[in-house]
Amino acid sequence: MSTETSPWEDHFSGPENQSHAAQLGMWIFLGSEVLLFTNLFVGYGVYRYYYPEVFAEASRHLKADWALVQTLLLVTSSLMVVLAVHYIRQGRQFLTALVLLLAILMGVGFLGIKGWEYWEHWKEGALPGEYYHFEEIPEQGGSLFYTLYFLLTGLHAIHMLVALGLLGWLAFGAVAGKYTAGYHIPVEVGGLYWHLVDVFWLFIYPLLYLVE
Amino acid sequence: MNPSAESSQPAITYLNHETSVMSWLLTRDHKRIGVMFLVGVIFSLLLGGIFAMVLRLELLTPGPTLISPMTYNRMFTLHGVIMVWLFMIPAIPSAFGNFVLPIMLGAKDVAFPRLNLASFYIYLAGALLTVFGMLWSGADTGWTFYTPYSTVSPSALTPILLGVFIIGFSTIITGLNFITTVHTMRAPGMHWTRIPLFVWAIYGTSVIQVVATPVLGMVLLLVSMERLLGAGIFDPSRGGDPVLFQHMFWFYSHPAVYIMVLPAMGVITEVVCAFSRKNIFGYRMIAASTFGIAFVGFFSWGHHMFVSGQSTFTSGIFGVLSMLVAIFTAIKIFNWVATMYGGSIDLRVPLLYVLGFIFLLMFGGMTGVAVATTSLDVHWHDTYFVVAHFHYIMVGAVLMAFLAALHYWWPKMFGRVYPERWSFLAAMTIIFGFIVTFLPQFLLGNLGMPRRYYQYPQEMQWLHVLSTAGASLLAFGFGLIAVYLLWSLRYGPVSAPNPWGSRGYEWFSGSPPAPHNFTRAPSFEREVHDYTVPEAPRVY
Ligand code: HEM
Ligand SMILES: [Cu+2]
Repeated sequence: MSTETSPWEDHFSGPENQSHAAQLGMWIFLGSEVLLFTNLFVGYGVYRYYYPEVFAEASRHLKADWALVQTLLLVTSSLMVVLAVHYIRQGRQFLTALVLLLAILMGVGFLGIKGWEYWEHWKEGALPGEYYHFEEIPEQGGSLFYTLYFLLTGLHAIHMLVALGLLGWLAFGAVAGKYTAGYHIPVEVGGLYWHLVDVFWLFIYPLLYLVE
Repeated sequence: MNPSAESSQPAITYLNHETSVMSWLLTRDHKRIGVMFLVGVIFSLLLGGIFAMVLRLELLTPGPTLISPMTYNRMFTLHGVIMVWLFMIPAIPSAFGNFVLPIMLGAKDVAFPRLNLASFYIYLAGALLTVFGMLWSGADTGWTFYTPYSTVSPSALTPILLGVFIIGFSTIITGLNFITTVHTMRAPGMHWTRIPLFVWAIYGTSVIQVVATPVLGMVLLLVSMERLLGAGIFDPSRGGDPVLFQHMFWFYSHPAVYIMVLPAMGVITEVVCAFSRKNIFGYRMIAASTFGIAFVGFFSWGHHMFVSGQSTFTSGIFGVLSMLVAIFTAIKIFNWVATMYGGSIDLRVPLLYVLGFIFLLMFGGMTGVAVATTSLDVHWHDTYFVVAHFHYIMVGAVLMAFLAALHYWWPKMFGRVYPERWSFLAAMTIIFGFIVTFLPQFLLGNLGMPRRYYQYPQEMQWLHVLSTAGASLLAFGFGLIAVYLLWSLRYGPVSAPNPWGSRGYEWFSGSPPAPHNFTRAPSFEREVHDYTVPEAPRVY
């Protein structure tokens, strides 16, 4: 990509205007992302109400300790992204890229744990819908729990992959000198997206792993 | 119409400053994107219309007439899917909204031009996937995809579900773009109380799009999961709940009807002002009622589920909440009428469509109140009465507004005028044809004719024949419009920059507008549609 064209677009009245538009657009997008997940949360609520015991039992069966590790990873990575925004505002491109890379590493760690968890579920047959053959928890309700579990964590994981790509692209841009103290809209907006992924997890974690 | 050369057009317009195919396909100009959307939705209308005609012909006789029952099921599904998702929802916001909204705000473009272009291609991809699905094996569930049938139907429903899911993204992006544009791209002097009411309408619509569409997207995805994995969420044999689908579906799809009708109301407001030569009566009321409708629209989904086994109390609440919509709608109707009252009315074709709109909307809306009454709906539910109700609003009203917009902004978009007499004839044909098509369906429904049936008893035939006759008139009217509009693109007399003498802000730019809308920044010194002050100097 050539960096010769100015990052400022001329249909805006000025930098402040462009930044305002970008932030607002992202916030609206985040709002609609939240609503995308609501169906699953509603479904979870409904079926938890239908099958309280089975859901509690299935919930106890998940690896809550590892989920705590995941949570810590994700929260720390969010802190890194905050730092990235902080550094790029001062024009420190190398530091920005560095903290972004750290955030990416933590994100990858998170997904690694998730993958291992999935593998364990696969081995015991705790799978969604018609593939469910987990003996310990009755199928009525149990298969629904795992369906919702996979949908929620799976959708979250897909969002993380996208967000990781975004962070990588930002880190690359920071090293390439695309962002400066004067122009850092993409870092701020991309950072917001990472925080969203983090916040989703902060809902999913208690709902699936902690609620008794 | 008096095309005059009194003031010359800008020589360079968005149409002629670049003409290569690539310059269109890769454009970031909201006007070109609007035109591309217009082509897309008109093509969808044509496709959906062909299916509709086949359906009507099939129903000409009580028994089999043309096609097999299975084909019939597929045709009504595709008719519904195409009309609702490929035509109705994007029609006014994505085509006309894109074209005029930034101009009305005095902006050079929408806030995110690249995203805008992406929105078009996402729409196109979703539409192609949907059409692919229907060619591959069709779907037979109806446009509502009700579970549990949709999870077991042998037809390949999944590509269609995904197609609609993808189109949903296009809607969300467009809505997001418009909201941001209204907030950040207004020219100096364009304060909130000056924003044209069409823009307010699109803004309210965008809010619904952003809030409701993701819910639909997810529910469609869940049905796909159900088909691919046997997920069990809506499948009672796995402990799931099929009624949950209806809640989630209507949580979107009821507000979705306002995604269709609010922009239409916005168009009507603009056209009423332009041809009554008066500013709107009750600007604030109109703007506020837009949000009233958008808001209560989210709390009335349960009126689709009166017979689903929900408690009578719940049904009652949903019934009452639904009726609130009628109040907000009535506010608008009174304001339009009050605007026309005492105005100096210039009965051009766009205004003719407005009259059709008001009449059909009242009919559709009042039957809406009727079906929102639980006791009555138990009788009418899933009959032709409901079919007639929603066609009165969706086709009767929204299509009227679409045609009004098309005729009102045609000279703005293409700089040509169309023959007035032919357009009058077409409008009369369409309004009359429409009434002949759908009025009998109320009667059919009341007699107990269920919707989506391939056969019916002999006694009902005359009403069906009437309905098919009306549909043929409608088709003829559309054919007429297609012919004279295409003709005018090439041979139509060159339009004056403001052929209607309208005071809408969008006429501050040339017709057709220059590439960045204005050659000199417009100044908004008067209220929109203020006919009491001398015309402001032109700026194109
Ligand atoms: C303003 C624009 C409106 C549009 C575009 C619209 C559209 C529709 C559509 C498409 C359906 C059929 C859904 C299906 O396929 O099952 C429908 C049904 C229904 N509408 Fe409307 N509607 C509108 C206004 C209203 C109003 C104002 C009310 C109530 C006061 C209302 C009450 C109902 C009810 C109760 C049903 C369900 C009937 C049944 O299935 O038995 N509608 N409407
Ligand atoms: Cu409804």
